[in-house]
Amino acid sequence: MARGTAQRVFRMTLLVAASTAACVIPLPSWLDPARPAFLSITLLWLVFAGPKPAGLLAAWLTGLLLDLLQGGMLGQNALAMVVTVAIALKFRLQVRAFPPLNQAVVVAGLLFIYEFLIFWTDGMAGLPGRGGWRWLYPLTSALLWPLLAALHQRALGRH
Amino acid sequence: MASRQDHDIRPLLVSGPSLAARLFVLVIASGILMIADHRAGYLDALRSALMAALYPLQRSVDAPFSAARWMSEGLATHSMLRGENGRLAEENRELRLRQMRLDALERENARLREASQTTARVIDRYLVAELVRLDMDRLRHRVLVNRGSTDGVYVGQPALDAQGVFGQVTRVGPVSAELIMISDPAHALPVVINRTGMRTIAYGRGNLERIELPFLPGNADIEPGDLVVTSGLGGVFPPGYPVGEVEELLKEPGEQGLRVTVRPLARLSSDPEVLLAWYDNQVQEPEAPSDGAEVP
Repeated sequence: MARGTAQRVFRMTLLVAASTAACVIPLPSWLDPARPAFLSITLLWLVFAGPKPAGLLAAWLTGLLLDLLQGGMLGQNALAMVVTVAIALKFRLQVRAFPPLNQAVVVAGLLFIYEFLIFWTDGMAGLPGRGGWRWLYPLTSALLWPLLAALHQRALGRH
Repeated sequence: MASRQDHDIRPLLVSGPSLAARLFVLVIASGILMIADHRAGYLDALRSALMAALYPLQRSVDAPFSAARWMSEGLATHSMLRGENGRLAEENRELRLRQMRLDALERENARLREASQTTARVIDRYLVAELVRLDMDRLRHRVLVNRGSTDGVYVGQPALDAQGVFGQVTRVGPVSAELIMISDPAHALPVVINRTGMRTIAYGRGNLERIELPFLPGNADIEPGDLVVTSGLGGVFPPGYPVGEVEELLKEPGEQGLRVTVRPLARLSSDPEVLLAWYDNQVQEPEAPSDGAEVP
């Protein structure tokens, strides 16, 4: 059993490291606004499909990691992430039963809420806007959801 | 037994504070963090430490790219190197020729400035910093470089490349620093139109190919091709360094002003390294007139 736990921790670390790398790996600048939110998707997948849901504290720490990676205001992504994951946890049992395509729609909605929180805190802090392209990535993330969910499933060795 | 444990999906039996209570605590914590970081700047030391902790991870993402660069340099053929060498020698000859003229002009300029009691503020020291190939934020133009406070890098330090102004340092870690590029929507740069001496401010618009001068009057003397240089106002950038070339004048119907787009000269999208510059930014104010106009 201890070996199983160790293995799971190892796979989890790999999964988080891969999603983090996917968040910052250089893309051509025209493609960059469409980059899916890999870390958010990973957390949402753990909630909706994973063997064990991600906790709120883990979500908060992941948000902080994103804040540091993006060089933005500390706590901004942490707030958005923790609220998004809390909503996901609330409706977890319903959404788990959905087919992947319907789940993708839910994910898009949650990521819109996420980006709205970033938009709102940007405004509160007096940071300049980022333009309309900021609302694009929830859609691209949702389009990738079925594929990424399948990949994640494989990464954790479950079928 | 192990598999039952693995497949247990019921979080309902977990004891401890409720979801709402945990959410409340973490939301408050985020709020406090945001205020402490953004408004008060209390977290600079913590941030610097966290940047150092994160740096190995960021380097490891960059590693395949720098390895590929290194490989392609290693595999450069003899003829490619000879070609490049010839090109560089030619460029060097041309630059030396221009330098000769420049030396004379500089001396003349110094003589003239002596007369008006101000000093020319020019870059006297620089450090080459390599960009870590990372995309930090989707719609913001920030980059990470491999120099930090141990190299003497400071917040607000100007960064240039061989063609023009690149940006400035926003955060410093021990071995890394974050730069904001002149094309970032949060960046404003005091500039002067070289031909006419008209001063204005250049704003980033989140586009690597273009920055804007939004506040010019409709009858401003400006044309496409004009060189835009730093004005040195604001004290971050030394004056007289090239920023970009005027590209287009947009007159919007119903608007009084003119919106001018400028193409940055610095290669914002492709440059693998930048120069972090030091210069003496102590402005020497001219002596107050002796006939007794007291300045409070």
